Amino acid sequence: MASNDVDSVPGTFAPALRELGMQLRKLGAHRSIQIGGILFGAIVLVAIFADLIAPFDPNENNYRAMLAAPGDAHLLGTDAFGRDILSRVIHGTRLSLVVGIIVVIATGVLGTIIGVLTGYVRWLDSPLMRVMDGLMAFPGVLLAIALAAALGPSVVNAAIALTITFMPRTARIVRGSVLVVREMPYVEAARACGAHDRRIVLRHILPNAMPPLIVQLTFVFSVAILAEAVLSFMGVGPPPPTPSLGNIIAEGRSYIREAPWIALAPGVAIAISVLGLNIIGDGLRDSLDPRLRNL
Amino acid sequence: MRSVIVPRVLSAIPVLFVVSVVTFLLMWLVPGDVASQIAGPDASAAELAAIRERLGLDRSIFEQALIWYGNLFKGDLGQSYVLNRSVVDAVIERLPVTLSLTFLALVLAIVFGFVLGVVAAANHNSWIDQLTMTGALIGLSLPDFWFGLVLIFFFAVELGWFPTGGYVPLAEDPIGWLNAMTLPAMTLALTQMGVIARMVRSSMLEQLGQDYVRTARAKGMPGHVVLFKHALRNALIPVVTLIGIMTGLLLGGAVVIEVVYSLPGVGRLIIGAIQNRDYPIVQGGLLLTAAIFVFVNIAVDILYTFIDPRVRHGKQ
Repeated sequence: MASNDVDSVPGTFAPALRELGMQLRKLGAHRSIQIGGILFGAIVLVAIFADLIAPFDPNENNYRAMLAAPGDAHLLGTDAFGRDILSRVIHGTRLSLVVGIIVVIATGVLGTIIGVLTGYVRWLDSPLMRVMDGLMAFPGVLLAIALAAALGPSVVNAAIALTITFMPRTARIVRGSVLVVREMPYVEAARACGAHDRRIVLRHILPNAMPPLIVQLTFVFSVAILAEAVLSFMGVGPPPPTPSLGNIIAEGRSYIREAPWIALAPGVAIAISVLGLNIIGDGLRDSLDPRLRNL
Repeated sequence: MRSVIVPRVLSAIPVLFVVSVVTFLLMWLVPGDVASQIAGPDASAAELAAIRERLGLDRSIFEQALIWYGNLFKGDLGQSYVLNRSVVDAVIERLPVTLSLTFLALVLAIVFGFVLGVVAAANHNSWIDQLTMTGALIGLSLPDFWFGLVLIFFFAVELGWFPTGGYVPLAEDPIGWLNAMTLPAMTLALTQMGVIARMVRSSMLEQLGQDYVRTARAKGMPGHVVLFKHALRNALIPVVTLIGIMTGLLLGGAVVIEVVYSLPGVGRLIIGAIQNRDYPIVQGGLLLTAAIFVFVNIAVDILYTFIDPRVRHGKQ
């Protein structure tokens, strides 16, 4: 267990950081990433400052202004309880981003662990991937709905259900990159130098498996936002009266004739978040995935 | 050909096994006591015990699993708690609605997706390309259940061209069926149409950059022949593989669309069962849908070998 000299070469981080900075600047110059960044950035700001921006308490009933059309008092109108739609959409946006972020982090961590295990440890590959295949055999939304329903309606359970649903594909992508990278000459060279598995995985394989993972996680984020809305719409998401974009739409569905504005705004909020993330994801894929670069 | 089909069919066995385990464990995930959830808060201890015994919940999980798998191999997915009938019957009765919705949406998505993708690729980097691709991106970013409500509002509530929901069996009234299915199928197709359009476009552009396309052009072949006979045929191959995955997405999406349009399909059956805590229906619906998805994927893989001569002839 001699303290590993190769493991602690001083100064290896500085060039890595410089490299990262350069990468980020290059990414920032990409037009898709800029456009998507503006759209999604606006949504993130709304979510962060929800308490400051929202003109009303999202759960405050106002029986004098039930189903009020959009106007001066309520910019986007009110629902059947007289609650301000704009405020509910703003808070719903925050909730859907929170669920999205939890799902992205959980999917990223679990997907990476399982992807590396299956890609690097041969005897684990087959059994673990069969489980992943089995999970992927369910139509995604349906599995998420069933899991969320079984676990019971809550923010955390929605995130768990979505993670179980989206993680297998992410694991498969990480595994794919690991399988390619592990055969690279520099990995062989590292092994020849006496580097042990942990170092090879952490310093050589993971960094090189990152780009496809980052692209995938951008899309997981956008799909998670859509799917959280579906769960709430179906009544198995975070329980009311907590405003979520999906349950506002579900409510709007009942008043589609009298008050079509209820369902309109939350859908637009979802669309802007998802569109922004998809545009960012396209840009990231263009600039990070060398196979598509020349297309 | 057999060397392709047999292993592919066999590979479904472990997948279906995992599917069945997940489905079985779903019930075990339910927090608290399933019996008291079914019976409600006022149930007496005797009533609870009776429910547990009837559902086999008083046995250990291994015994329950044994019984469940034993029945599964006999094609019995249990009895609905609420509907008083077998799960298999209830699901199969609803299946035509879901499958026809999925099929219609798939056809719409493929037809329009291909047209948009080919048009965009043929006009690469022009405003037509930009417009179609922006449209495709917006299409795949919209929440489909919400888009369904927008369609209901405009085409059913405001214009009155289509019903706001409900179902008419095809055998009873084909026109009524088409009327009832148009908006749901359009809604469900939207996202996948965008996905296919983008995929077809990039696949076409890749082919259009190949040497054989340049050769064809150089020898004076008309542009549309190059586009359709050369590029499109080769561009088809990666897109076909996508159709298997897409069927799964559409089957899942159909659940939500059925709720939006009040169509009596498997999706609405499952959602209703979730609300009634009718777990056997949830399990059975989930299991059968996943099984259909697995078999569609096998069919697509086999179809793939027919389209791609490289796969059809020689292994490696």
